[in-house]
Parts: sequence; C-alpha cells; structure tokens
Amino acid sequence: MPATMFDKIWDAHAILEREGNTLLHVAFHLCHDGSAGGFANLKQRGLKVRRPDRMAGTPDHYVPTTSRRIEDLATEDMRRIFRVFGENFTANGITHFPVEDARQGIIHVVGPEQGFTQPGLVIVCGDSHTSTHGAVGAIAFGIGSSEVAHVMATQALWQKRPKTMRITVNGERPFGVTGKDAILAIIAHIGAVGGTGYAVEYAGSLIRAFSMEERLTVCNMSIEAGARCGMIAPDDKTFDYLKGRPFAPAGAEWDKAVAHWRGLPSDPGAAFDREEALDGAALAPMVTWGTSPENAVAVTDRVPDPSNEPDEERRAALEGAIDYMGLAAGQAITDIEVDRVFIGSCTNSRIEDLRAAAKVVEGRRIRVGHAFVSPGSGLIKKQAEEEGLDRIFTEAGFEWRESACSMCVGMNGDIARPGERTASTSNRNFRGRQGPGVRTHLVSPAMAAAAAVSGRFADVREFG
Amino acid sequence: MEPFKTFSAVAAPLDMLNVDTDQVIPARFLSRPLDERYGTYLFHDLRFDADGNEKPDFVMNREGFRGAQVLVADRNFGCGSSRENAVTALAAAGFRAVIAPSFGDIFYSNSLKNGFLPIRLADETCRRLREMLHEGPGGEVTVDLESQTVTAPDQSTWSFEIDPFQKNKVLQGLDDIDFTMQYLGEIEAFEKDYDARMTWVTTRPG
Repeated sequence: MPATMFDKIWDAHAILEREGNTLLHVAFHLCHDGSAGGFANLKQRGLKVRRPDRMAGTPDHYVPTTSRRIEDLATEDMRRIFRVFGENFTANGITHFPVEDARQGIIHVVGPEQGFTQPGLVIVCGDSHTSTHGAVGAIAFGIGSSEVAHVMATQALWQKRPKTMRITVNGERPFGVTGKDAILAIIAHIGAVGGTGYAVEYAGSLIRAFSMEERLTVCNMSIEAGARCGMIAPDDKTFDYLKGRPFAPAGAEWDKAVAHWRGLPSDPGAAFDREEALDGAALAPMVTWGTSPENAVAVTDRVPDPSNEPDEERRAALEGAIDYMGLAAGQAITDIEVDRVFIGSCTNSRIEDLRAAAKVVEGRRIRVGHAFVSPGSGLIKKQAEEEGLDRIFTEAGFEWRESACSMCVGMNGDIARPGERTASTSNRNFRGRQGPGVRTHLVSPAMAAAAAVSGRFADVREFG
Repeated sequence: MEPFKTFSAVAAPLDMLNVDTDQVIPARFLSRPLDERYGTYLFHDLRFDADGNEKPDFVMNREGFRGAQVLVADRNFGCGSSRENAVTALAAAGFRAVIAPSFGDIFYSNSLKNGFLPIRLADETCRRLREMLHEGPGGEVTVDLESQTVTAPDQSTWSFEIDPFQKNKVLQGLDDIDFTMQYLGEIEAFEKDYDARMTWVTTRPG
C-alpha cells in the first residue's frame, strides 16, 4: 500500500504499541538551556542520560546578544540556569557548544547547520519550534520538560499517532515572496487551530522551489497552526545542503544514508487524512496585524473591520486584538508606523535571511527608533561578516549582535517597551511576547528591513 | 504523581480564544524558582497591571471566582510555547483541571504528565458552561475522570473523551519514566536493530 513519508518514518521508529499508543524511539534529542529541568529530574532518580550519543545541545534562550559572558546575564536565576547547563552536558558526555564556542547559536539553526538534523529521523527538543527540523524530511516535534526527562532516561516517548495533512502550494514564485510569506499565508488559511492533531507535509512546486533556509522557515511555524509537526520531502537540494556538514555522514556512510533518504518521500497515491491547497502564484509579502499568527494579510491589505464578522465570539476577539495592537479597523497596513525592528530567531536568522534583509537595507538609513540583527549562530555571524553584511547593517543604523533567541521570546532581557510596535522576523505575535504591552508584527527579513528603512510597513516589491 | 480523584470545586470562566502559554505564564517568570510565589505568575499580565495591582475585570480577581480550581476556557487553550511551567503555574494557583473545546497539543500532553486534567467538551457546551458561571459566580463543577463526566452547577452532565491509556496513568498516578522502564528490554532490542540499520546516526563527526 502506498505510504506517506510520515508513516514510513513513524513505523521505522515504533518500538511497541499499548492501547493505541506507540512507544516511539527518539533518534535524536536536541537540547538548550531551558532543558535543565530534565537533567534535574534524572538526577533525582539517580539516572544518567541513556544515549548521550544521540543528544546535542547549545544554550540559546537565556543567552545575551550583547556579550558572550555569563556574568552579563540579567539575573542570578539566569546565571544559575546557564552554569547548570554546561555542567549537565559535561557530566553526561554530551556534544554541546557553550556560549564561547563559535558554533553556539539557536538550537533550531545549529541542528541543521551542524548536520545533526537528518532525513528519516524522529527528532525531539524541549521547544515548540522543533518542527523546524522536519524541513529535511524528518518527524520533528516539541515536547515539555517531563517528556525531555523521559527521553533522557529512555530514548523513547509514548505518542498517539497523529492524523496526516498535506498542504500543497503550486505555482511560480511571485516576485518578493519568501518562505515566510508562504507559511504566514498557510496559517491564515487553515487557522491557528487548523493543524491541531495533524502531522503536516508541505508539497507542491513552490515548496520544491524554496531553498533549504526557506523550507526550515516554513516547517518552523507549523506549530503556529497547531500542527504536531511539519515536514518536506528530501530531495537533491536537501542532500546538497547536508553534504559536508560536520555531523552529517561522510564517505561510504553518506552513500548509504542517501540511498535510504531517497526512499522517504510519500509514495504516489499515498492517502492523507486531509488535503489543503493554496495558489502559490497568488501569494504576496505578508504582515500580521493581530495577536495570533493567523492574523496575517498581504502588505497591500488592511486591518480587518470587526463589524463584518457575523460570529459574536470572533468579533470580540478581533476587537480585542485591534485594541491591544493600537490599530483602527480598516487601517491600511502600510499606514502602520513601526518603533523597532528585530531580525533574528529560529524562524529567520539564517545566512540567506540576513542577505535578503541586507539587500534592502544597503545604502539606506533606518527610520525607526531601534533595530538590530541577531544571527542564528556564531558561524552565520562569522559568514555574514566575511560577506560584509554586518557593515551594511551597522552603516544603516542597525545594531549587529550575538546569536540567541533574543527578542523572539525576550527571556534574555531583549524586549521592547510597553506600547511599542515591532516589525519582527520571529514566529509569535502573542500579547506581551516581546515584553509587556509590546505590539508585534510578524514579517519576512526583507519586509522587516523595508519597515526599518521606511519607519512604517512598506511593500518590499517596491524596493527593486 | 498523585492519583487523580473526583472532585467538586468552584469553576471560573475565561472568555478568550487562543490563550497561548505566554499568557498563562510570561517568559520572564520561567527562570524563577518553584516557591510559594509561583501561583501569582499565572496569567500575570492579564491579572495585574504594570504596578502589580489586580485588574478588577479579570475573572480570577472577581468575587465568587477566587479560589477556583477549574477553568472553563475557549478554543485552542495552551497553544504556543512548550513551556511546562504553564501547567505548573496553573497547579500552583490551585487549579486542577481546564475545560476547553480544544487545546494546544503540547500543553495537553504536559498537563497529563502532571496529573492536571485537560478536558475537551464541545464548543457549545463550553460556551453554555461559561455563561452559567457568569450568571452564578461561585458555581461548582464536578470533575469525575473515572466516569469521564463533568457536572455543571445546574446538574447538567456531559461526557468527555480521553485516551484510555492516558486515563489509566492519571487515575493511578503512574510515573511515566517508571512505567516505560518496564519495557527496557524491548527498547534495547529495538535499538540494537535500529543502530545496525542506521549506522550513520551518531554525534561522532562524519
């Protein structure tokens, strides 16, 4: 029977079944500085990490972007978490890149960059954006700290098999449209609950045309549609991306791996529980206006008018979001003024993202109060500097900072002030996500750059 | 983990769609130790103003709803970040169950790991229950996991679905890691075969 890619990978990791639940082998466990609870739990039980050879980590959530020194962390609680992180990894003999290592970065950027993220694997991490890694053709999903401890102790997880959904985006890439715009359009289409209970496979000619960086961005935001995971079939682009990465297979092992990987894509005729389709040729650069990632519209569009919403509950939600965001019903997106710009996060901080933003910024000055770039890893920062991107940003008035989750989640103290409005390349526009009372708009790196040099949202297609 | 027992308690209605875990507990509290203050971080920015004063409109600050142990929410409760602190904060503030039409996947799973019950009831049922609680603040709801029922203040009773495997673990208060350890033999046998097939999966540089 024709099988989906999801089924093939799931079945290859199923250890046993109990009452409709699968004990699933975890091929790779990625960790960050928020995973400390898992280690503490293990220590309490007198257990050691069962498969340190299947784990790797780097701190990202609490890491400062203005310094590489633990002493510069904002609070004693943070410094404690950070010290414990290093001790845990060293004590358990786990490959890790501490802050002072050039390979440190955001775990969802570092995983693929180092080649830990490989097709055909079940990959987990104690972070909801673990869905990112599905871009190479893997089942990758976020787990809570109890499950982190469970994986450390057993290298397995109890899981209920999700339903499968294929989202097909066909069509030629419209000018100025990136993977970020596609995923925002997809979330707007299926809704923030639309993917709940599903493993999503993204397919179609536009998805195939996307670079690996863009595919990582698309899968990254699967969780914002509620999906358990997002994945894209591996192809030559995937293999070219992975080849030669430090922890990717080499030599005869590489050939063996690729032979296996070529068998992973969904078979022709494989049945999905649900199919959705979007017209790729009709996509445009997107901006979110509200407090849920589903509140995304084209940059040429307007803030919705709640009075057009017949459902009372939805109308109240629209009104609440517009009020929090300090906008007016029907306001043109390009009339919204921006205070700060953040380019970074596991969604959009890869080299291609920085190049796209730099292209817009080059030769211009920022017209917002503050703008900064936090590259996705130390290695990306170095590469960008070699390409001269840092100078383009700093000459325009951006700050060029170190790598961390930074203002996507604000845990390291990188936040905006109450009432301020940000254009952000991150993944969540939730209330208070970038600081209490802060108003977040999600955009692609090029659109964030266009907002930075315009002082308001602007259509990047007009920047040539 | 404590075995989950049937209980009756005051329920509080929360009329908000897509309550993400950043609302449940803002990120700046995640590094705080689990002490007696933890419950005050729950819904912090919805509950308190910038000066730390209670916002009178928020349900937990209203007469009749203080001390509630059941939350009746709306669609997609607990979406977003995987932070298990969301469950910890709810429990620290005295809650033992959340009723909603749908939940964020990871929040749902995290809840069960902590003996905290996420209950899915139909959209319309949740709406009716919230209205009932607004009309009669202090109304009690009974949550019975064994029979998989919720009983409203007006004695209407609704059944809810829960995976029998999960139900059993929560009812008995089974520890997940201890439970899985009984299958260690099967895990090891599986891994032997897996590692032989997938020889390239390792943290040794390629």
